[in-house]
Amino acid sequence: MTGAAELRSRTREFLAAHPPATTGRSEFLGARFDAGLAWVHYPAGLGGLDAARSLQAVVDAELEAAGAPDNDPRRIGIGLGMAAPTILAYGTEEQKRRFLRPLWIGEEVWCQLFSEPGAGSDLAALGTRAVRDGADGDWVVNGQKVWTSSAHIARWAILIARTDPEAPKHRGITYFLCDMTDPGVEVRPLRQITGEAEFNEVFLSDVRIPDARRLGPVGEGWKVAQTTLMNERVSIGGMRLPREGGMIGPVARTWRERPELRTHDLHQRLLTLWVEAEVARLTGERLRQQLAAGQPGPEGSGMKLGFARLNQEISGLEVELRGEEGLLYDDWTMRRPELVDFTGRDAGYRYLRSKGNSIEGGTSEVLLNIVAERVLGLPAEPRNDKDVPWKDLAR
Amino acid sequence: MSTQPDLLYSETEDDLRAAVRSLVTGRSDPAATLARAEEGSPYDDGLWQSLAAGIGAAGLLVPEELGGQGAGHREAAVVLEELGRAVTPAPYLTSSVIATETLLALGGADDEATGLLKGLAAGRSVAVLALPLSTSPEAGLPDGATVTGVADAAAADVLLVLRPDGLHAVERGDAAVQPLVPLDLTRPLASVTAPEGSGTRIADAEQARAAVRRGLLAGAGLLASEQLGIAEWCLEETVRYTRDRYQFNRPVGSFQALKHRMAQLWLDVAGARAAARNAADALATGSAEVPLAVSVAQAHCSRVAVRAAEECVQLHAGIGMTWEHPAHLYLKRAKADEIALGTPGRHKEVLAELVSLPGPR
Repeated sequence: MTGAAELRSRTREFLAAHPPATTGRSEFLGARFDAGLAWVHYPAGLGGLDAARSLQAVVDAELEAAGAPDNDPRRIGIGLGMAAPTILAYGTEEQKRRFLRPLWIGEEVWCQLFSEPGAGSDLAALGTRAVRDGADGDWVVNGQKVWTSSAHIARWAILIARTDPEAPKHRGITYFLCDMTDPGVEVRPLRQITGEAEFNEVFLSDVRIPDARRLGPVGEGWKVAQTTLMNERVSIGGMRLPREGGMIGPVARTWRERPELRTHDLHQRLLTLWVEAEVARLTGERLRQQLAAGQPGPEGSGMKLGFARLNQEISGLEVELRGEEGLLYDDWTMRRPELVDFTGRDAGYRYLRSKGNSIEGGTSEVLLNIVAERVLGLPAEPRNDKDVPWKDLAR
Repeated sequence: MSTQPDLLYSETEDDLRAAVRSLVTGRSDPAATLARAEEGSPYDDGLWQSLAAGIGAAGLLVPEELGGQGAGHREAAVVLEELGRAVTPAPYLTSSVIATETLLALGGADDEATGLLKGLAAGRSVAVLALPLSTSPEAGLPDGATVTGVADAAAADVLLVLRPDGLHAVERGDAAVQPLVPLDLTRPLASVTAPEGSGTRIADAEQARAAVRRGLLAGAGLLASEQLGIAEWCLEETVRYTRDRYQFNRPVGSFQALKHRMAQLWLDVAGARAAARNAADALATGSAEVPLAVSVAQAHCSRVAVRAAEECVQLHAGIGMTWEHPAHLYLKRAKADEIALGTPGRHKEVLAELVSLPGPR
């Protein structure tokens, strides 16, 4: 294992050889990947050094101090947080070498083709079909996916599709890496309650995927997808925030600057939410300390639940606090943003966008079930869908 | 940039927890506690001796040169988590935290106070501040001859009495201690009358106010850990019960309507743990953020403990409503703790001031 001291000196040597001031951004990022300083817990040769995950902070601190460019992690979040760990866990050597480097340096953006109009919380019920063209041929995919962020800028997608309708739903799914430039892929913006279209619908019509871009064995796609989904939940809520760093910040500022808006009722509610926001911040900090100490706690599965509710309540209070101005909205123009921008917009936008926080990445209702069953060990509800062939399920 | 608080438990703290848990769960018997309470005193003297002197928990806040353990608030917080988990009737919060911290804040200027501190640290004696349990650290302090709602006065050898001229140590035998009927049977309350001129003055008025405020602040901060312990027990016991209890041919804990309530409670308890650790760590390191950390912890943990105890009663349903099942001991302790050392509302008022979020004019 590589230790902190060694990583620090490696990073310094790397910076000396590639001074950020005089090295182009993509050249710098490529060299950083090749030096194993991209994600140190990945294997050597794939952007890492087989080091402990917590040691990435050592590298990042050195790079930040030197003013090095980053790979714009928010723009390529799905690639970094979901596609990469899944490819690492299940990919062939060839797949890992082909995909991880352009993914990490941001040359190729990834999106996720999982949810469907008929398969939301019950993702395993998905109906997009992948049929093999002959025994050794390509897979031919037909179906519709939805809630796909970044689809309009993505070069690749992680895709799950049904390959065996006769099997029970969890057992007939296969995982693929889908080329978004295939002529059968059509991306249409999906306009949201905010007026903009952060997400897309993706229509797949006779999309051909070579078998070499299947990830994991045929029929094991559900298991592979668990790796993806687990990493999604880990990556949500992972940032360290200063006090008032979240949504409470703008409300607190408005409160301080606009005494004429204050009422007793709003005051009590604001203080309650301020305390909850501070406690959520501390809970996140405690989780980070546990991870750094190598004692990952189950708190991670709860962070998203807490933030969803808090964001909604705080932004709701903010709209109400603004009174007459709360009746207005900054802009309903249809746009296709690359990133969600909570702070650059008005309270009304925050209120509407945060409604999605309890839906995206698993609804709060499903997450509460996960906490109850996996953390507290409570029994599952009786089910009648697990052993039935997919084709016979009610829909 | 300010340094981050340490929100984890150290190995030493884990060991201390194990020792306290083994002691209190080994001797904890809710039925016996209730029987003793109805006879007038819920305390188990043997348990207190083992905790205070045996494990040395009474001296955690006290430096070694005064016969203490030279540990700190983080360790005392762990003891309180365990005492909360077992709703143990013991004058730990009142004597080993609040009175001890008050005496420590006097800075060793007074020999009488130092002697008293040594006795407390060794577990030889028990002292409580003669103030209502509901007093918040920021509240104005009473200085009349009679004070009501004093917690654990019945267990005390010495009462620390505030008078206009300062703080006085009064032998319990020199004061009138009149028991009250408390909501929380595991933390007895009394009204205390210390006659004018009784006891020894250990601090002048100005020193006394500052020291008492410091004692109450430490008490409020570490009370959050007791509340965390209460909430943890209530959640764990409710999960255990609903897993084993069958109705409609299935465990009642498999119904989403119940599962979601327990999962939500788990989230709140995770928050309470972070807030309570933060307060204990701030007290231990003497951070400038102590008042903020304490009020955040109190505003949050008070509510979480009450809700956990209320959910515990409701999800146990019929059996949770009985005198026989211990759930009511937790409910009563949690509700009393909500008022103790400042209600959540009081602490939010303090925060409004501290973080500049004033109310309407």
